[in-house]
Amino acid sequence: MAESGTGEPHAPHLAHHFDTPAQRFGAGKLGMWIFLATEILLFGGLFCAYAVYRSNHPEIFEAGHVYLNKYLGGVNTLVLILSSFTMATGVYCAQRSLQTGLKVCLALTLLGGCGFMSIKYVEYQEKWKHGLLWGTRYAPHVEEHDAAPAPPVASAPATQDAEEGSTIAPAAIGPRGLILPEPGADEPRQPKSEKGAKNVHIFFGIYFLMTGLHGLHVLAGMGVIAWLLVRAFKGHFGAAYFMPVDLGGLYWHLVDLIWIFLFPLLYLIT
Amino acid sequence: MSETPTAQPAEVLDAKHDDAHGVGHIVPVRVLLTVCVALLVLTFVTVAATWVDLGALNIWLALAIATVKASLVALYFMHLRYDHPFHGLILIAALVFVMLFVSLALLDTFQYQSDIQWEPAAALERR
Repeated sequence: MAESGTGEPHAPHLAHHFDTPAQRFGAGKLGMWIFLATEILLFGGLFCAYAVYRSNHPEIFEAGHVYLNKYLGGVNTLVLILSSFTMATGVYCAQRSLQTGLKVCLALTLLGGCGFMSIKYVEYQEKWKHGLLWGTRYAPHVEEHDAAPAPPVASAPATQDAEEGSTIAPAAIGPRGLILPEPGADEPRQPKSEKGAKNVHIFFGIYFLMTGLHGLHVLAGMGVIAWLLVRAFKGHFGAAYFMPVDLGGLYWHLVDLIWIFLFPLLYLIT
Repeated sequence: MSETPTAQPAEVLDAKHDDAHGVGHIVPVRVLLTVCVALLVLTFVTVAATWVDLGALNIWLALAIATVKASLVALYFMHLRYDHPFHGLILIAALVFVMLFVSLALLDTFQYQSDIQWEPAAALERR
């Protein structure tokens, strides 16, 4: 059933509300583009939060972004671009009934998604280890580890250790990881170690929300591609019917599009 | 949504398949490959641009390169260049609404004057 180059699977029976297969394909594409528009608006809300906070408090972003590794982010960008390419080539293979090519391309795209999420996991784990988290969980302690490039914090490792020794032990003082305020301080939760910038936890709130939501979309996309791969092995797709591959590809390209904007906004702040 | 095949005889199925199966246009692999290489190069350019200090211009340059990359993905990978123009209109409309949203939010937030002191006692005294 799945010979490469000669397989021409039978298209599924046309549902009664469609006039022709061409019209079904057009309806599917239109519906997918409208869904993509809603996804753009979903992320648009988060980009709005970024814009408002960055224009009001650029020092938060200048202080926070040094904890991000722009080369890891760059590699992630390359991985997603390559996976977009393999996805588009997969659509090409489906349109030409190249069954083996389609399966290879879908598998490579899935691999790209796995690679992206692996690098993302490495990045998140580094942040977790160093206490670079959102809101009240923000408690940077980078000095024992060598991975994160953080010049502002490196200047005050001794005081951090001394503070941590006194704040972590007594549970009655506050949640784990909080640095004790100086007496009389009105905002107790800023370590004040990054060039005097306060509220750096807001940067990480925005970072984790945007990259986290994007990561969830990558996972959902990987699920879609895995489903397409299973169907490809069953020989469902060919020149007569490749719509699911095309529409799944559109979703994956959107995920790539969003990352293309996330990368410079979060990682390439100077 | 079947478009009549363009003049690329090696790449497009012949007309008798077109309406029955709605295949329409197929993007040639060499176009996809060229776009992919361009995207990879532009990614390197984006990172390399951060090694040069242009002050406030850096972020706008990065966003401009990102817009070019996004356009390439949308036009070729997402097939918008060969599709019915309405699909491109949907994408542009979504982006226009996002920009409207962000602009209005920024306009509003720039109006805040957080350094105004509120002194009701002093105002009462002056009466």
